[in-house]
Amino acid sequence: MSADSLIVLALLLPTAGAGLIAMTGRNPNLRETVTIVTSLALFATVMGVLTAVLSGAEPRTTPVEIFAGVEFGFSVEPLGMIFAVVASGLWIANSIYSIGYMRGNDEPRQTSFYVCFAIAIAATIGVAFAANLFTLFLFYEILTLSTYPLVAHKANAGAMAGGRIYLLMLLGTSMALLLPAIIWTGIVAGTLDFIPGGILDGKLGSTALGLLLALYIFGIGKAAVMPVHYWLPAAMVAPTPVSALLHAVAVVKAGVFTVLKVIVYVFGIDLLSATGASEWLVFVAAFSLLMASLVALTRNNLKARLAYSTVSQLAYVVLGAALATQAAIIGSGMQIVMHATGKITLFFCAGAIAVATRKTEISDMVGIGRRMPVTMFAFLIGSLSIIGLPPFGGTWSKWWLGIGAVDAGHAWVVAVLMVSSLLNVAYLLPIVARGYFLPPPEAKSGEPVAVTEAPAACVIPLCITAALCIVLFFAAGEVEALLAQMGMVAPTDITATLAKGEPDGP
Amino acid sequence: MISSNLPALQVVLPLLGAVLAALVRRGPIAWLIALVVSWTMPAIAFALLRQVLTEPDGVVSYALGGWTPPLGIEYRVDLVSAYILILVSVMGALVISYAPRSVASEIAPERQAWFYTMYLLCMAGLLGIAITGDAFNAFVFLEVSSLSTYVLIALGHDSRAVLSAYQYLIVGTIGATFYVLGVGLLYVMTGSLNLADIAGRIGDIENIRPLLAALAFITVGISLKVALFPVHLWLPNAYAFAPSVVTAFLASTATKVALYLLLLSVAAMIVASVVAVFQANIKRMLAYSSVAQIGYITLGIALITQTGLTGGIVHIFNHAVMKATLFMAVGCIVFRTGVVRIEDLAGIGRRMPLTMGAFVIAGLGLIGVPGTVGFVSKYFLVAGALEKGWWWLAAIIVISSLIAVVYVGRVIEVAWFREPTAAIKDAGKPPLEMLAFTCILAAAIVVLGFDTELTAGIAARAAEVLLAGMT
Repeated sequence: MSADSLIVLALLLPTAGAGLIAMTGRNPNLRETVTIVTSLALFATVMGVLTAVLSGAEPRTTPVEIFAGVEFGFSVEPLGMIFAVVASGLWIANSIYSIGYMRGNDEPRQTSFYVCFAIAIAATIGVAFAANLFTLFLFYEILTLSTYPLVAHKANAGAMAGGRIYLLMLLGTSMALLLPAIIWTGIVAGTLDFIPGGILDGKLGSTALGLLLALYIFGIGKAAVMPVHYWLPAAMVAPTPVSALLHAVAVVKAGVFTVLKVIVYVFGIDLLSATGASEWLVFVAAFSLLMASLVALTRNNLKARLAYSTVSQLAYVVLGAALATQAAIIGSGMQIVMHATGKITLFFCAGAIAVATRKTEISDMVGIGRRMPVTMFAFLIGSLSIIGLPPFGGTWSKWWLGIGAVDAGHAWVVAVLMVSSLLNVAYLLPIVARGYFLPPPEAKSGEPVAVTEAPAACVIPLCITAALCIVLFFAAGEVEALLAQMGMVAPTDITATLAKGEPDGP
Repeated sequence: MISSNLPALQVVLPLLGAVLAALVRRGPIAWLIALVVSWTMPAIAFALLRQVLTEPDGVVSYALGGWTPPLGIEYRVDLVSAYILILVSVMGALVISYAPRSVASEIAPERQAWFYTMYLLCMAGLLGIAITGDAFNAFVFLEVSSLSTYVLIALGHDSRAVLSAYQYLIVGTIGATFYVLGVGLLYVMTGSLNLADIAGRIGDIENIRPLLAALAFITVGISLKVALFPVHLWLPNAYAFAPSVVTAFLASTATKVALYLLLLSVAAMIVASVVAVFQANIKRMLAYSSVAQIGYITLGIALITQTGLTGGIVHIFNHAVMKATLFMAVGCIVFRTGVVRIEDLAGIGRRMPLTMGAFVIAGLGLIGVPGTVGFVSKYFLVAGALEKGWWWLAAIIVISSLIAVVYVGRVIEVAWFREPTAAIKDAGKPPLEMLAFTCILAAAIVVLGFDTELTAGIAARAAEVLLAGMT
């Protein structure tokens, strides 16, 4: 099968899976088998596309014209490839985990849960492989709509309120800001295609460029740049597998991915660094980065703390995009991968704790490491990767972002990154420390605490993703090599960029 | 022979069908007559479109009774009116195919033949307004469609239906009076009732104040008619007015009054959307939403640019498809449960997933989500506003769609996330043909969101023709 048709297959698989799940809803075991088989088949398909991309191919489908200037089509470039691999790979882990969590918690309406989940994955693949802004926007909205029922899944007052904020903020920002931005782009550029080097060169003045960039950044609500981050903590009412989907697999990643796509393939990093139109965003992202970390410190609910941590970590990606140098973009791309694995581990742990002990508040988790040693160890690994310590994957994204900042002449950003890492230490590690070193309040002194881990279907996925954090430290070179193939400059300039010399990768 | 008389047949056939249906007096047979006539209408409309496309100047002119215009009544089919004829006739055919069981459940058997009679009369009126090139003849058809609609409303088994029909009668009559006053003024100023003729002569008039007054009367009159009607039926009455109004408006004093039309549209979009949010009755909510959506159409006209006008015209079609889907879905629900209050729809989505699925798709279309027809309209309208550099207008368009998120979201939340009440739990599945036509239209919302050749393609050409006529 050619790589071109593999793209279509990658979209159809989860869509068909959603249909099959709906049909097999009466038989939970069969339904879960469909979910797992679909996720494995999707991952295999995406790996097939990856093989083609690694051998230098650029798989694409023939675009269909909707009306003049607006087309529907797919093409694969390195960044989208990486995003698709991350999303489809983590979906496998998330599916196994969902089974343990949903059954362990005896959640209602599990069939519609798995259906929406599969549609969300299909939409994510669509976002990753979109060849132009329209296609990306289409799947971006499908992603919002298919995840809304997941956020409101519990259907109690709190879940409904959270769901409303989620839907209104994401749909609202995209319709009110992103859509006009896309139409404006279409009018001035005459095309909506993602083209290496951008499509706006010489079309707009630097003030207008800055304004257009603002429409994009705040219109892409999924990227959660302050002040449009509020939906993310509000969405933590969702079941934990959904939080993992939002924070690691699909939703926020689709947001920052879109930001990167727009910066690299619509604006073009050369244009941005020449006009300085993204300077303001460096400051906004840096502020978002520090502020969210500070807020995370004050949250006692574990999922709320992780949610603010995500807001902060997403700002790294936006920061790299705003710096608009090749190293910074590589750092941003890497941050998508590294944060996904780190954060999914943390959320899996939070969910495992909730399933095993019904505890959600950090202050109640004293001594939790003695009851759930495996889970807490995975939590430690995930935390260290988020903080950015070797030998965990998160190291490299910070490394490249630092280099990118210096390249862009913003050495102060390095200091921001360091302070932020310290803040990460302050809000993540005490949970682990108090979990292991203090005895649980209900335990009698001197007696060992009984180990009560969550069901295996919860524990195994979190061990796998924690292991991935370590594997990625050593595999970062492959990711970097792929990202470096991104067409960041118009094809004719490639030799010039190579001649300048780029810093060597790990 | 037949092909040269198609413009007349377009109107005469439903008139004759109405008489026939009245004579047979039996519901099922009357329905059969209405069905056959209604499905002939799109065939004639498409044939007319083909004629228009082959005609060198893009106009099929038909002198009724052999009296040549401007003295005689002219039936004039250009791209815009062909487009509207197709829209009205296709919708009419779909609705009548969907209707029989819904009618049987809501109207007493001995009155059902009257329903189909009035339905055909109303279609004749609407098609007539779209096809005629004569301002006074348009008034006659306006009244034919209005009067038949009053009867249609009064046929409902609820005794309140009679009262509301009476209200519509009064307000509608005031609207009609305004319209006639406007036409009268036009006649005094130009000495003609033929719309194309008026358009040609209007440029020579020095004193434009009476013209403005005429236009104001006509606009208010039609607004009164249009804004009140969507409450009851799925018939796309509002659209029938579009071609003659658009033509007259653009040809006469477009640049001078565009601002008023613009402000009216903006007010309709925002105010009606907000009012829709606070409706307890789902039909009323959809009705107010229609007023807002008609605001999009007039907005596109008021922009008077190729892109804006394309957006306005394409939205005529797109809104008709979306609103018909919404009303048909609601019709299915009412047929099975009798519930119209949004609060009482709790859990209906779990009981009738296909029906509510169609409702959700159409609702997403109203919001303008990409992949639906609503996105196509919105894209052209926002692009039209941006091309003119009117940022505030683009902002208002998107804000209005955000309000749509609220009122559509409200229904979706109740329908899917509340536990079904006892009344909903016992509801049966909707009848197959009602469900089928609802789903076909819902599918059309998505398909036409991707394949815009028929909608945006023709709309763009129609806009070109209209703008060329201005200069």
